[in-house]
Amino acid sequence: MLSLILRRLVHCTILFLSSVVLTYALASTALDPRAYFEGRQPPPPSRVVDAELARLGMDDRAPLPERFAHWADRAVHGDLGRTIDGESVNAEFSRRVGVSVRLLLVGTVAGTAVGVLAGVWAAVRRGGLGDRALTVFSFAVLCVPTFVLALLLKTGALAVNRAAGSTVILYTGEHTPGLQGGWPVQLRDTAAHLLLPAICVALPAIAAYSRYQRAATLDVLGADHLRTAQAKGLTPGRALLRHGLRISLVPVSVFFSFGVLTLFTGAVFTEEIFGWPGMGSWLVDSVQKGDVNSVVAIDLFAAAVVLLAGLLADVVHALLDPRVRQP
Amino acid sequence: MVRRPGALCGLAVLLSLFALAFVGPFVSPWTHTDVDYTALRQPPDVRHWMGTNRIGQDVFAQVVRGLQKSLLIGLLVALFSTVLAAAVGACAGYFGGWTDRVLMFVVDLMLVLPGLLVLVVVAPRLREWGWIALVGLLALLGWMVTARAVRGMTLSLKERQFVVVARLMGVSPPRIIWRHVLPHTASFLITDATIAVGGAVISETGLSYFGLGVQPPDVSLGTLIADATDVALVYPWMFFFPTGLLIAFVLAVNLVGGALRDALDPTTADSTTPTRTALSGTSR
Repeated sequence: MLSLILRRLVHCTILFLSSVVLTYALASTALDPRAYFEGRQPPPPSRVVDAELARLGMDDRAPLPERFAHWADRAVHGDLGRTIDGESVNAEFSRRVGVSVRLLLVGTVAGTAVGVLAGVWAAVRRGGLGDRALTVFSFAVLCVPTFVLALLLKTGALAVNRAAGSTVILYTGEHTPGLQGGWPVQLRDTAAHLLLPAICVALPAIAAYSRYQRAATLDVLGADHLRTAQAKGLTPGRALLRHGLRISLVPVSVFFSFGVLTLFTGAVFTEEIFGWPGMGSWLVDSVQKGDVNSVVAIDLFAAAVVLLAGLLADVVHALLDPRVRQP
Repeated sequence: MVRRPGALCGLAVLLSLFALAFVGPFVSPWTHTDVDYTALRQPPDVRHWMGTNRIGQDVFAQVVRGLQKSLLIGLLVALFSTVLAAAVGACAGYFGGWTDRVLMFVVDLMLVLPGLLVLVVVAPRLREWGWIALVGLLALLGWMVTARAVRGMTLSLKERQFVVVARLMGVSPPRIIWRHVLPHTASFLITDATIAVGGAVISETGLSYFGLGVQPPDVSLGTLIADATDVALVYPWMFFFPTGLLIAFVLAVNLVGGALRDALDPTTADSTTPTRTALSGTSR
C-alpha cells in the first residue's frame, strides 16, 4: 500500500513539474503584458514600460529560459512573483484560494455523497417512479452547460426576489461587504451566499455520480455472492450494504479524478457569474491584463487540485480493491 | 435505434436544428448584422420572428447564424479530435514500449490542467486567426480520454489471431492499424465522436461567453447568451431563444449518442450513463 502511494506520488510530482514548465512557457508566449502597459492613457514612454516589465520578470525581450529560471528560483523559495499591478502574487493567492477551495470542497462533497446515495437508491428501486425521475433529472442537468445553469439559477433568483419585493436569495459575491456582527451572523451570511453557487457546482456532479453509481450498483445486484448472502438469511438491503456497496464504489472512485477536473471547470464559470473573488475570476481578469505570473499561479493551483484528486482516487481505489494493492 | 422513441426524437430535433441553421438564413429577410432602427428591443412579432435586440438586430437572424457557427465548430472539433485520438491511441497500443510510454505521458500531462485554463490563456492570441484556430485548439484539448480508450482496445485487438497472422505475413504496421485495428474500434469512435460534438459545442459557447471565442461582428450561441444575460428577465426573447436552442442541441446529440452506443455496443445496457470514455480514461 505504502509503496503504491509512493510510486503514485513520484508520478504526480513529475507530472506537476512538467506542467509547471509547460504552463509557464505557454503563459509567457501567449500573453502580452506589454500591451497592457502600452494601452494606458496617457501612453507611458517605452523605456518606462521596459523597466516595469523587467522588474516584474515579464520582459518579452529576455529569452524564455532565462525568465523561467529567474521565476523558478524565486518560486522554489515560496515567492510566486508580482502581479502586473505590482502586488504580491502570494498575497492575492492566499486571499482568493479560500474562496475557491470552499466552493470546490462543497461541490465535491455534496456531489459525491448525494450522487452516490441517489445512485444506490435508484438502482434498488430500478424502474420505479423515483428512478425514472432521477434519470430524467440527471440527463437534463448533464445536457445544460454549467454557465447556462449558473445563468438560469441567477435569473431564477432575480425573479424570486422581484416577486417577493426584497432580497430573499443572494446571488452576488461570497459575503456581504462591511457586515457587522459576531461569527453567527457572519456564518449565516456566508452560508446564504454559498447556496446558489454550491447548487450550481454540485448539480452536475450529482447527476454524473448518480449515473455511475446506479450502473455500478445494478451490476453488483445481479452478482452470485449477493444472492448467496440473501439465501443465507440477510435482508436484501443488508446484503447490498455489507457485500455489494464496496464493489460498486470501485468504478466511481476511478471516475473521481476526472470528476474533479470537470468540477474545476464548472467552478471557474460559477465564480465568474456569481461574482466570487476566487481563482476562476482571477484567471479571467489576469488573462485580459496579460498578467503572466498570476496565470501561472492559478495553473499551479489547478494542477495541484487535479493531481491531489487523482492521488486520492488511487488511494480509495486501493483501499476498496485489494487486488490493486498487490505489487 | 429506430425502436427507441427518445433517440428518434433526438434525431428529429438534430435534423431540424441543422435545417434551421443552414436554411434559416435564406428564409429570413434579415441578416445577422442588419440593424432595424424602427424596432429596438421589440418582442417577437411578424416582422421579427424572435424579436430584436438592443440595437435593433433581428434575433432570429442572429440565433440562426450563431447556431450555424456553433454546429460547424462542434462538428469539426469532434472530427479532428476523434481522428487524433484514434491515431495516438492505436499507435500507443500497437507499438507498445517507449512509444506507448511517451504518448501516455503526454496524455497524462494534458489531463493535469483543466482544458479551459489553457483555452482561456491561448484564446486571445488566436483572435486574428479567426474561428478555425478555435477549432484546432478545442480539438487539441479534447482527444486524450478517447485516445486512452482506443489504446485499451488496441491492446486486446493486438493479441487476436487476425492481427497476429497479418503481422506474420509481413503486412506493415501502419497498414495493420488502418485495415485491421481501427475498423474494430469504429463503432466506439462513431459513438464517441457524436457525444464529442455536444462537448465541443459546450466548450465553444462557454469560451465565447467569456468573450474569448468567436469575435464580433460574428456571433455564436455563446456570445448571444452573454449579451442577453443582464436583460434576461426584461427582454426574455434575447436570452431564452439562444439558450433553449443550445440545450435542445446538446440534449438531442446525447440522446442520439446514447442510442448509437446501445445499438453498436451490447455491453452497455444503460443509455443514460455518461460516456464510457470518461470512465476508462481515468484508470491511471
